Amino acid sequence: MSVTLDIRLKRANKVYREGEAVAGVIVLACKEPLQHHGISLSMEGVVNLQLSSKSVGVFEAFYNSVKPIQLISSNIEVAKAGKIPGGKTEIPFEFPLHTKGNKVLYETYHGVFVNIQYSLRCDMRRSLLAKDLSRNCEFIVHCQPQKAKVAPTPVNFTITPDTLENTRERSLLPKFLIRGHLDATHCVISQPLTGEVVLENSDVPIKSIELQLVRVETCGCAEGYARDATEIQNIQIAEGDVCHGLSIPIYMVFPRLFTCPTLETTNFKVEFEVNVVIVLHDDHLITENFPLKLCRV
Amino acid sequence: MQSLQMRSRGRNYEAELQRCRPEVALVEFGDYHPLKPIMVTDTKTRHGARKGSTSSSSSSSSSVPPDPLSSMLDGTDPLSMFAAASASETPAISRSASAGDLGRKRKEKEEEAVGADFEPWSSKRGEILARFTTTEKLSINLFMGSDRGKAPSPGSSAVSEKVRTRLEELDDLEEGSQRELLNLSQQDYANRIEELNQSLKEAWASDQKVKALKIVIQCSKLLSDTSVIQFYPSKFVLITDILDTFGQLVYDRIWSMCSDPRPLPDSFTVDDVNDTAKETCLNWFFKIASIRELLPRLYVEAAILKCNRFLNKSGIQETLPRLTAMIKGIGDPLVAAYTRAYLCRVGVEVAPHLKDSLNQNFFDLLGTFRQIGGESVRKQLALQRVEAPEYLTLYSPAISWILQCIAYRAPEPLLTEMMERCKKLGNNALLLNSVMRAFRPEFVADRATDFIGMIKDCDEAGFPKHLLFGSLGRSLACADPPESERLTILNEAWKVITKVRSPRDYVNCAEIWVEFTCRHFTKREVNTILADIIKHMTPDRAFEDAYSQLQSVIRKILTYFHDFSVLFSMERFLPFLDMFQKDSVRVEVCRSIMEIFIKHQLDLTRDPVILNAMLHICKTMHDSVNALTLEDERRSLALLIIGFIRMVSFGRDFEQQLSFCVEARATFCNLEPVLVQLIHTVNQLAMETRRVMRGSHSRKTAAFVRACAAYSFITIPSLSSIFSRLSLYLLSGQVALANQCLSQADAFLKAAVSILPEVPRSISVEGKLRSSESFLLDFTNNFLAMLLVVPDHPEHGVLYLVRGLLNMVQDYTWEDNSDAKVRVYVSALPLLAAMGQETYVYSVPKVDSNETLYGGDPKFLSEINKLCETLIGQILDHLKVLGRDEGTRRQGALAFSLFGVLLAHGDLRNNKLSQLAVNLWNLSHKHGHCEPRVSVRTLEFVKHQAQQPDMSHLSDTVQRLTLQSRT
Repeated sequence: MSVTLDIRLKRANKVYREGEAVAGVIVLACKEPLQHHGISLSMEGVVNLQLSSKSVGVFEAFYNSVKPIQLISSNIEVAKAGKIPGGKTEIPFEFPLHTKGNKVLYETYHGVFVNIQYSLRCDMRRSLLAKDLSRNCEFIVHCQPQKAKVAPTPVNFTITPDTLENTRERSLLPKFLIRGHLDATHCVISQPLTGEVVLENSDVPIKSIELQLVRVETCGCAEGYARDATEIQNIQIAEGDVCHGLSIPIYMVFPRLFTCPTLETTNFKVEFEVNVVIVLHDDHLITENFPLKLCRV
Repeated sequence: MQSLQMRSRGRNYEAELQRCRPEVALVEFGDYHPLKPIMVTDTKTRHGARKGSTSSSSSSSSSVPPDPLSSMLDGTDPLSMFAAASASETPAISRSASAGDLGRKRKEKEEEAVGADFEPWSSKRGEILARFTTTEKLSINLFMGSDRGKAPSPGSSAVSEKVRTRLEELDDLEEGSQRELLNLSQQDYANRIEELNQSLKEAWASDQKVKALKIVIQCSKLLSDTSVIQFYPSKFVLITDILDTFGQLVYDRIWSMCSDPRPLPDSFTVDDVNDTAKETCLNWFFKIASIRELLPRLYVEAAILKCNRFLNKSGIQETLPRLTAMIKGIGDPLVAAYTRAYLCRVGVEVAPHLKDSLNQNFFDLLGTFRQIGGESVRKQLALQRVEAPEYLTLYSPAISWILQCIAYRAPEPLLTEMMERCKKLGNNALLLNSVMRAFRPEFVADRATDFIGMIKDCDEAGFPKHLLFGSLGRSLACADPPESERLTILNEAWKVITKVRSPRDYVNCAEIWVEFTCRHFTKREVNTILADIIKHMTPDRAFEDAYSQLQSVIRKILTYFHDFSVLFSMERFLPFLDMFQKDSVRVEVCRSIMEIFIKHQLDLTRDPVILNAMLHICKTMHDSVNALTLEDERRSLALLIIGFIRMVSFGRDFEQQLSFCVEARATFCNLEPVLVQLIHTVNQLAMETRRVMRGSHSRKTAAFVRACAAYSFITIPSLSSIFSRLSLYLLSGQVALANQCLSQADAFLKAAVSILPEVPRSISVEGKLRSSESFLLDFTNNFLAMLLVVPDHPEHGVLYLVRGLLNMVQDYTWEDNSDAKVRVYVSALPLLAAMGQETYVYSVPKVDSNETLYGGDPKFLSEINKLCETLIGQILDHLKVLGRDEGTRRQGALAFSLFGVLLAHGDLRNNKLSQLAVNLWNLSHKHGHCEPRVSVRTLEFVKHQAQQPDMSHLSDTVQRLTLQSRT
């Protein structure tokens, strides 16, 4: 005797905003009538913080601060103990997305040290002989549009051997001149990052130009914090020895789930940066870093 | 045995003929006649008015009033009705049939953008694959799982179920992920790619979308690898096939998601697409946007470009320019050019009306053109040991395709602008070449002089000029340049072409220009060009490698020169043919010339130039025949040669014609059908002479016709087919007799009789073994009819030939259980009867037949009667034998036919004979095998005959002929 339990959300993209109602159906499919001890459905939103291994030692003292932060939680009884008829049963449900008190619903974010996740969980309790059934379903929360609308301001950059920091032997560097601009560093998360880069000239052929999207996650509180930068994705925009003087477009779509509007709270921060990486033929890396501010409009 | 005297009844052929002639009825012409053809009036213009009416418009069939057939057809035969209908409706049908009403509007719109005259990619595909090949070893480096678009967070506890399974899938692939296949031959490579294509489909079908995407990404990554650069264009073709498959799979999948409750119409808008489908589609785009490497990202996004239609209206319009710009990031110019070609290809397919990005692509391409001569390219070429000209040709498919997309139905100014831009780039040869290939031939032809100027200005280094002239020539072959410039164009072009050193390059180019020359110039110019080709191709036997091009030269010349006297008066034409030294090719060329000759030479000819040349050509064909030649091949060659022989006529100069035949016989001795034709020709010649001399030969003509007979007489024995020999002997004998060559006629007939025993009992007819009996019977009957007019030879006995024939028939080993021999006897009886008449039923003018020779000599008549007696005796014997065996049916039939002969030719006043006739009648009816209707008809005939004067005796006989009722 098999029974399947499933949660289906009404919206195909599973994206909800604060104040909206998360609506859907619980789908139960079984061949024969089924005895159960009650079905419950819970909604939960949590921020999980994790410490990177390299900083664990230092922060053991602040163990408290890495406890999950609950953003929202509610529970309803879908069905009392009883019997479900055989076949397919759909039980509709609806949760309003309201926070208690002054808590804010942060946007869904899957990171390395910070995870913000919202999920629905449906449990069916059954008699001792049969296993309880449960089903998880993640849904995505987008935060309210930020009102402050900023006009995009282009950021120009020029990279030459002289502009580089962090080089050991400046004199050994080949000559090159790279110009370019980002259309904005204050980006709308649903719009791609755009701009262009021009290799004006270079003594050595280049191998590749890449855009590296980096997340900077900070966990901690007043007592101290851990700040870690990790790569989200690396997008190549030029391959091989490109034509000099030609403007190469910078174009990167912000990946869903792995990016969110820049977030700053008392316990943690999620920020983003982009690196324009130029790889020379001898695998020399030239990197120009741009902090980004993401928002949702 | 019953001894019986057969007496033939006297005949008055003249009177009989009078009797048999029906009343002459005047036939009014224009009246109804059953065989008068149905007049089919072309109803093309009228068919609109006759919609639905089948009977009302019978008047349309003009002048044929009551013909039952035509009135049934309503004046129009069904075929021409269809033709008329289809002429006006075809476009409408073809359009509506494909897409129904919904898609129609869109279809029409699309057709505006891309019509049937746009040469599709699929046709280029094969050409590229065939052209860009390599013998170097290739390698495929599949690095499955190397690029994880979105690095999954380590230890993230709450990845959803779906994501987890996908990750597992990913891990599966990663095990042994990097597969490098080395040392692949080109064919292996293509096979591997096809395997990948298959596994893509499989993965898709088994719902492993991630794996499918990975395959596609890995494949498109192969395109960034330019090792073995000669193979790159072919590699591009193979791999873009996979991309096309993928694009179609994704599109179909999303399409099918929207098919509930009813399938999307062709012209759907974004609003018709449901959320799930949109979400899926969006997912694909996000996934692709996170592909790490540039080239796969570009290619895969281009592959699913069409899916933008599910998301928003302007998606394609925005994506195309973006992708176009992104291509600038590709460093290798060759890779970039092909990426552009792919983008243009997808763009033209998905959104044919968006021309801007096509143009942009081309301008970007021009912008990066200096890279081709750049440092890194040079290094790479040096490393792979590839010459610059060869490297440059690698670009041509891509650039040509892009230009073709742009040039398709493009306004003139745009083309002019493109040309100007090319000029600005210092007349880059590669570009120029592609421009000439892609732009409309008319456009190129109008500016041919400009183009020649530009070609001249190009630097020789990179791109070989003969290729440029080749492209120009190709355009000029389809479109005509202004008349005044033609000669200059040819001169300028040939000046360059003739300087091309490599025979291969030279002939490739020359072949193209032959067409232009043939189109616009006379034999003088063509002759010059042929001379030039010969000059180039003869050293070192270079022609051996260029047969196909040389053949095409011949073909082109033949298309434009149908006048063979002109053709053969080109001095260089035959020497040109001499370059085809490989037998099979030479025969093929000769054959094509002959075919054109037969098709286009309408008048008989005696032009010595044509005859000499054609004889030479035919001889070449003839000489190719050997023991291994297939029967079909022989037949078709013979037909061609016969076609030639029939076109030869020397008019009144018969002797020359005969000597031509003599020469032809010597030349074509291996092809029997040709010999047969020659004999016919000679016989015809003799008859023609007779006609000219109005039947009475002079000494000279008599000698000539004897020569003709001699020709036939010595030619016939060389034929192997016994029946053609027999019939030709007979025919030639007839001709000889008609020309009063008695001894020759005798010789022919004697020869025919003497080879009769050689006739095999079965012969092969169309590959099947058949009994020769019926053929032999036909021949002997024919022969007997001829014998009536042949006068006896003074030195041989009476009826020498008849006896001879009958003896041969008797000695011939007939098939067992065959009545053939007796049938010959039966049919010899009418001959003998006819010979006994005072005046023969037919005779040859100016030849005395036996009637005159013997003048009804009783000895002669008794000779005939004796012979008849013997024959009848033989026949009756045979009938007896048949009665004994199970041959009653055959016995009946044979008896009946003998009865018929006796009735027609025998003198039934003779009691014995009439008794025999009655007996035969009874015998034939004895076993009831006789067809009653025939019996009744025969009986009626006899009754009718009995009413004639002199035939009253028949009424007695009739009394004794009883009809048997069928029991």
